[in-house]
Amino acid sequence: MLKYMLKRLVNAFVVLFIIATATWFLMQLLPGSPIQNAEKLTDEQEAQVGEQYNLDKPLPVQYGLYMVGLAHGDLGDSYQFGGKPVTEILMQRFPVSAFLGTQAIIVGVVVGLLLGVIGALKQNTIWDSAAAFLAVLGVSVPDFVLAPLAQYWLGLKLGIFPIAFFESWWHSVLPSLVLSTVIAAVIATFTRTEMLEVLGQDYVTLAKSKGLSRLAVILRHVLRNSLIPLVTILVPLTAALITGTLIVETVFSIPGIGEQFVRSIFDKDFPIIMGTTLLYAFFFVASYLLQDFLYGIIDPRIRVAGHKE
Amino acid sequence: METTNRQITLTPELFEPAQRSTQEAEKITGAPTGFWSDAWRRLRRNRIAVVAGAVILLVLVLAFGGPWLTSYTPTGQDLTRQYTEPSLSGFWFGTDQFGRSMFDRVWVGTRVSLYIAALVTAMDIFVGMSYGALSGYYGGRVDNIMQRIVEILVGVPILVVAVLTMLILKPGILSLTIAIGLTGWTSSARLIRGQVLKLKEQEFFLASRSLGASTFRLISKHLLPNVFYIVIITLMYTVPTAVFFEAFLSFIGLGIQPPDASLGALISDGAHQMRFYPFLLIYPALVLCLITVGFRLLGDGLRDALDPRMRK
Repeated sequence: MLKYMLKRLVNAFVVLFIIATATWFLMQLLPGSPIQNAEKLTDEQEAQVGEQYNLDKPLPVQYGLYMVGLAHGDLGDSYQFGGKPVTEILMQRFPVSAFLGTQAIIVGVVVGLLLGVIGALKQNTIWDSAAAFLAVLGVSVPDFVLAPLAQYWLGLKLGIFPIAFFESWWHSVLPSLVLSTVIAAVIATFTRTEMLEVLGQDYVTLAKSKGLSRLAVILRHVLRNSLIPLVTILVPLTAALITGTLIVETVFSIPGIGEQFVRSIFDKDFPIIMGTTLLYAFFFVASYLLQDFLYGIIDPRIRVAGHKE
Repeated sequence: METTNRQITLTPELFEPAQRSTQEAEKITGAPTGFWSDAWRRLRRNRIAVVAGAVILLVLVLAFGGPWLTSYTPTGQDLTRQYTEPSLSGFWFGTDQFGRSMFDRVWVGTRVSLYIAALVTAMDIFVGMSYGALSGYYGGRVDNIMQRIVEILVGVPILVVAVLTMLILKPGILSLTIAIGLTGWTSSARLIRGQVLKLKEQEFFLASRSLGASTFRLISKHLLPNVFYIVIITLMYTVPTAVFFEAFLSFIGLGIQPPDASLGALISDGAHQMRFYPFLLIYPALVLCLITVGFRLLGDGLRDALDPRMRK
């Protein structure tokens, strides 16, 4: 097990390194000069600015410097915020995104579980169909449609929620709700399928025949066993959250990492784009790794077979 | 099952010894139902899938024929009629800030979105299918290397790849297709590889191989037809994903540039003016949702019809 984990860990680092290298070279291909108003600067000034950001050095040296910095957790300096370190900017904004994400996960899991359980217990009734329909809507209606609509109906028309900025907890409710829809939908579909499978198992019949109450059977025997494979949706969930925060933070003007990423695209702030890409890739790879490890711990049978399919 | 209650008197004359040979007994009476007609029958019985299919068909027809229903053009500007509210007698979906008919713009935008989705899906199927089939067919070291490559590609969020690609290429239909299709094929490649690995172990494959069939024949005649149904199911899920990513990229300003329209570009414009003119957002958003929901539900129906064991 330890050997397997180590192998996966090394693998993950290799993947991250390749992603970092590929992104770095992609960055060199980007059109336009990172130095703003480059036309107005004299050659000397341009050279000075270039020197500040190591832009005067040959590409292999620049690459080497970036990689050495990366190994020390230094993502370079931002072009637009007067040379502020990218790491510092991202660290400042990270808590906001993390808060939104966590809140969305909590809401999404609770709602998703509820819908899934309803769907499974009332299989093939109107309740089941309603839950399934909500789940399909949750997956299919994109955040960038839902967010403006939520702003319009709940924010403007009904005036319940503020429609932008991030000043109090109340401001975070609407964005979190929008963000949680995909999570809730994924979990609902998943829970329903798994529960239906578990409901047909012999041990559930046994639990029922022992005379346990319906609630105890469902909570202790059915739900608990259906949730084990929940780790499989860890990766799609991470992906959904990253995409979600990009949109939701932009629409609601929330100072998180996603909003900074979208803005940096237009400001041609390459170090920030690069740093954010790496941060996202890190979370992605980490969630893959975590999923694999959890598999191995929860169900040792999958460990070997899982990678052979 | 019908049960007959008629009383029949049985006399020995009614009976004669059975003289059918074993071969005759094996004969199949009635036309055999093939895999596809069977699937079609199951699909038609699925009401949700039929409705979803009808909705998709309607959207397709409107995307290509919609603009002809009005006397306006999607780019015809007239500042005297800007921000007209939608009405049955005038502009069905209203007009935007340049007085352009939203009805026409929405359907032309839908056409662009669907066009990109179709290109992405074709790319997804072509690359994913050949990659997965080759990887699964050769197995061993080739498979190992090919899977490592996929692992790296999967490690990068598809969205980030799309954004970076759009930054490098000039915004347009082709660059959008490349940006979305670049990593999207990995999931279908994985699915097909898994299926090929399974098929490779089966007798019919071994039989063909022992008869000396070439690699090309083995893949094209025996493997691909058997994974074709997976391709169709994947296709149904790829289309909404592609529409989604196109809309997302256009939404953050990296997609289709004005005066051209796509659903994402229209939604983005609409979201900015939603406060006073909500209809600018609602119609394109509605069409987008119809497409994504429709394809997903049809995809579920097709999955159940083509692979009844996967039914959930």
